[in-house]
Amino acid sequence: MTEVRSNATRIWLLHAAVIVLLLAGNFLLPEYHRGMFSRALVLATYAMGYNLLFGYTGLLSLGHAMFFAAGMYGAGLPVYHLGWDVPLVFATGIAAAGLLSLAVGVLALRTTGVAFMIVTMMFAQIFFLATLYFTTWTRGEEGLVLQPTTRAIEFAGNTISLSDPSTRYLVALTLFAIVLLVSLRLVKSSFGRTLVAIRENEERVRMLGYNVFATKLLAVVFSGLVCGAAGAAYGLLFGYVGSGFASSQYSILALLYVLLGGAATTLGPLVGTLFMFYVIDYTSGLTSAYLLLVGVVLIILILFFPKGLLGTIREKWLPWLP
Amino acid sequence: MAAVIPLIQTRALTRQFGGLKAVDNVDFNLESGKIHAIIGPNGAGKTTFVSLLSGRLLPDSGTILFDGQDITTMPAHKRVQVGIAYTFQITSVFANLSVYDNVALPVQRRLLQRGRVDPGALHQSVFEVLDRVGMADHAHSKAGSLSYGHQRLLEVAMGLALQPRLLILDEPTQGLSDGEIDTFIELVREIARDATVLLIEHNMQVVMALADRITVMNNGKILAEGTPSEIRANAAVQEAYLGGGDV
Ligand SMILES: Nc1ncnc2c1ncn2[C@@H]1O[C@H](COP(=O)(O)OP(=O)(O)OP(=O)(O)O)[C@@H](O)[C@H]1O
Ligand SMILES: [Mg+2]
Repeated sequence: MTEVRSNATRIWLLHAAVIVLLLAGNFLLPEYHRGMFSRALVLATYAMGYNLLFGYTGLLSLGHAMFFAAGMYGAGLPVYHLGWDVPLVFATGIAAAGLLSLAVGVLALRTTGVAFMIVTMMFAQIFFLATLYFTTWTRGEEGLVLQPTTRAIEFAGNTISLSDPSTRYLVALTLFAIVLLVSLRLVKSSFGRTLVAIRENEERVRMLGYNVFATKLLAVVFSGLVCGAAGAAYGLLFGYVGSGFASSQYSILALLYVLLGGAATTLGPLVGTLFMFYVIDYTSGLTSAYLLLVGVVLIILILFFPKGLLGTIREKWLPWLP
Repeated sequence: MAAVIPLIQTRALTRQFGGLKAVDNVDFNLESGKIHAIIGPNGAGKTTFVSLLSGRLLPDSGTILFDGQDITTMPAHKRVQVGIAYTFQITSVFANLSVYDNVALPVQRRLLQRGRVDPGALHQSVFEVLDRVGMADHAHSKAGSLSYGHQRLLEVAMGLALQPRLLILDEPTQGLSDGEIDTFIELVREIARDATVLLIEHNMQVVMALADRITVMNNGKILAEGTPSEIRANAAVQEAYLGGGDV
């Protein structure tokens, strides 16, 4: 019992410390790295959304870019075409991703395993093609540039501009911190326990009286909402909405970030995302064939950290890591 | 005597696998508050029969009533919610989760039905269940690291944690040592004070020690039914199952 308590304290302290350190980053990081971190924080949020479904619930989706992009377009289109306010379009972005995940979930969850991977991939492909097809509104691959003036929030007589680097960093961090703490609450809750149990043995969970389909659907929608929030934030903070974000590459990235950081760890997505950002940044400064180097680094990592960085650390040294 | 509604009633229940009638036209009544054993040779259809009751499998034809209510097509998770708990013949605890989490899953399911899951109440109920099966010391071990006997016990604990009206135990003593079996017999007696128990069991010592009534299955059909002494005296049963001797 006391052990349980002290673990809970340790866990909260660790997460609080990570958030405080990141906050300090806004004031300490050189401009270039602060920009990198801003992007990484939003993509880490996306990866956290993915992790809820893949890491905790054990559902491997290969189509999560559609939820990220639904959030991005759900926010970006009304800003660009209708001039709606930032807070409102942030909400429409999240709503778009929520509706899409509900629809995709209802259909895709009729399948399991490899079929689920393929079905989610197909849906994402349809979404990607749709962003190209409706080029009148989306301008396809070229995308939409959201002007800084459209990305400002009027608040109590002040104008908060999302194109200001410090604001951008702080907004990205706020979103990241909220999602991190909510995920932590979630995975430590009864619902989180049920998700993990579904990952381990679905049939057994059913025979304990759970509606497995409904629970998985809830997980898909929750994951979709988080990914949509990340996508909306990405578009609004960095001022660009393009079909590239709906491509399969972005679905794979989420998987990669989570695998590298450690599936089913709350902080793994952040670790994986930052790691990838800096490996690519460093190697691309060395050679134009940097993807080759990235590949080598990934192989070495998987050899020594088969469960991802934090997953392996948890297994070997820190079993209390959530 | 006034007619009491049986807790479970099946009518002409049938389930086939390919051409094989694993459960063949079975009429069965289960009286409330008793320990009822089902015995029969390997492949007799016992697991299939109780899987139909618990909803793991759906029947090809026939009906199942639970406390007078038709549950023939009710999904498995709802049957658990109305009070039918099933423990697996093949141990299927969550090996990678702690013993605590294994028991917390059914407890929180039960609490959820009455509204919110209060962490304090959850914690208390989990330890109540673990104490009942004598496994509180193992709460924080990984279920997969337990001895086989303890895993079987955990399996029963998970059923118990649901506080079911009917607890179906599918060969719970398979692979247990004699000492473990004695503990187990005590546990089932205690469980039977609050719940009806349907027990599939090969070990005749356990059956004779526990059962108020025995049903003998063979080839998907009910061969005989009665009190333990009636079954012991039944010549057809001797022939088909008890095989003369080793009981
Ligand atoms: N899923 C299945 N698919 C095909 N055949 C099955 C299936 N499940 C059971 N059977 C067959 O149905 C018959 C009854 O099996 P069942 O498992 O119900 O017997 P049992 O009485 O529980 O036996 P045991 O004492 O060995 O556990 C057997 O012949 C078995 O091979
Ligand atoms: Mg069986």
